Amino acid sequence: MLKDFFGKRRKYATIPSEQGKLDVPEGLMQKCVGCHKIYYRKEMKKHMNVCPNCGYHHPLTAWERIDSLFDEGSFVEWDKHLITGNPLNFPDYDEKMEKDRKKTGLNEGIVTGKGTIAGQATAFAVMDSSFRMGSMGSVMGEKIARAIESAKEESLPFIIFTASGGARMQEGILSLMQMAKTSVAIKRFSDAGGLMISVMTHPTTGGVSASFASLGDYNIAEPGALIGFAGRRIIEQTIREKLPDDFQTAEFQLKHGQLDKVVHRHEMKSLITTLLEMHQKDGVIS
Amino acid sequence: MKHVLEFEKPIINLKEKIAELKRFTEDSELDLTDEISTLEKRLADLEDDIYGNLKPWDRVQMARYQERPTTLDYIDKLFTNFIEFHGDRYYGDDEAIVAGIAYYNGKPITVIGHQRGKGTKENIRRNFGMPHPEGYRKALRHMKQAEKFNRPIVCFIDTKGAYPGKAAEERGQSEAIAHNLMEMAGLTVPIVCIVIGEGGSGGALALGVGDHIHMLENATYSVISPEGAAALLWKDSGLAKQAAESMKITAYDLKQLNVIDRVIPEPKGGAHRDLDQQAAYLNEVLEASIKELTDYSKEEILEKRWEKYKQIGEYKSVE
Ligand SMILES: [Zn+2]
Repeated sequence: MLKDFFGKRRKYATIPSEQGKLDVPEGLMQKCVGCHKIYYRKEMKKHMNVCPNCGYHHPLTAWERIDSLFDEGSFVEWDKHLITGNPLNFPDYDEKMEKDRKKTGLNEGIVTGKGTIAGQATAFAVMDSSFRMGSMGSVMGEKIARAIESAKEESLPFIIFTASGGARMQEGILSLMQMAKTSVAIKRFSDAGGLMISVMTHPTTGGVSASFASLGDYNIAEPGALIGFAGRRIIEQTIREKLPDDFQTAEFQLKHGQLDKVVHRHEMKSLITTLLEMHQKDGVIS
Repeated sequence: MKHVLEFEKPIINLKEKIAELKRFTEDSELDLTDEISTLEKRLADLEDDIYGNLKPWDRVQMARYQERPTTLDYIDKLFTNFIEFHGDRYYGDDEAIVAGIAYYNGKPITVIGHQRGKGTKENIRRNFGMPHPEGYRKALRHMKQAEKFNRPIVCFIDTKGAYPGKAAEERGQSEAIAHNLMEMAGLTVPIVCIVIGEGGSGGALALGVGDHIHMLENATYSVISPEGAAALLWKDSGLAKQAAESMKITAYDLKQLNVIDRVIPEPKGGAHRDLDQQAAYLNEVLEASIKELTDYSKEEILEKRWEKYKQIGEYKSVE
């Protein structure tokens, strides 16, 4: 079983470094970040980007994630049309955004909407780290807040998959305030009895980790995901000591009581389905 | 004068020159009254010019200034019968945050604030005003209590940020901050937040979800320190001065971005020049806030808070 392979992993997840970069033909082949074995990209895709050898969870795009969970054709996207302004007139920001819009085909590093998972309707948000590292600016905050409000109005659960380096510098204080905005929305939703499931994927750090990602009724993570508030380098500089390899991994957070569960990607849909079922009667607003 | 801020140097130099001339005239027959009064006039102009045109980076220096008044200074000036209460009831007492109850204009309030030290010894005890999770959990405990007894909450914000340490991560820095944001959103009593010094990122925001957010004129509030932003964006922390401009972190910037409600003026040269005057300026704004907010029903408080945060952000629509 894939899970058995996964047990052999020791290293914490890292963002691919120079040395980890592909020295194999782009497109057709893919080198595993965890064990450096080379696979056909198709083969890796078949395993939802989890390495068949070592169990390393490579990122999924927002739409790959949706496909991995939702009943075919059931997902309806919300607020696709929202794009960022340049509120601080930050140099080069417009160009960088345009570049990532072209690269990813997304308007922002998050997709929100609703659909059915094994027949059960839910509101949903998924971040895409290939869009500006999944950083959170005004649009992301707005889309999340709207999705939560819609979930509240339509009496739906709200599920979010996070993948973000934190706040988006180029929007300054406005990006910080999205932490507050989303948290206020979650409070209203929660008080109305809404079910929220947060699934943290690699990486979930900074302002995203310190707001909605940590505010689910259930906080779940994928194996090996980097989860934490402050960056490893900053902490090492501050405390002047080397941090253990597994520092801020999902497994580390689980051990320290900060997560409900670490769940393999191949078992995610089944767990979410069960959770949705178990909250049908009382937990979900009706 | 213990420290001189970079941008104040011309003022200090001129002041020293005037003092020197005055000393000189005392011991000599020469009458330099005219020269001195000319220089004093020039000093007044220079002060107006420098203090009236502070650049963002100057304000960063001011906000971080060792002698700048802290939470406890304002508590002392604004409130009576302050009783400090300690501990989060889970792990420990984080002295980077102070919390307690006091009288404000004869009525009980809950007051919470980041607390940095003014000297090395106190700074070590208070971890330079950079809280661990237990600090935020202590704060939340007091906020919940304020709600139970229907007291308004005043939060003073003054931190470089939540402490980036190993233990802080292990005990759930993210969770502690996130939890405060969410719980503050739902408190049915008025919350007034005032940034008095540095408002550093999530560590500041964790005491910063409220109904009215005010900032002292020379306080800053930002998603990351100018040094951090420069390092991250341009790989050069030496460009902090430039980052301070680009990041829009001053009280006036935040007012313009619709993030804060009011800019509270400071005495000429900064809050540390005249604590009594500063406290009076602050009192005026706080009093107005409390007065306005205590008129609202619990439902109105919550609804208005949501409206306030809902509108923060800038985006556009494309086809
Ligand atoms: Zn592998």
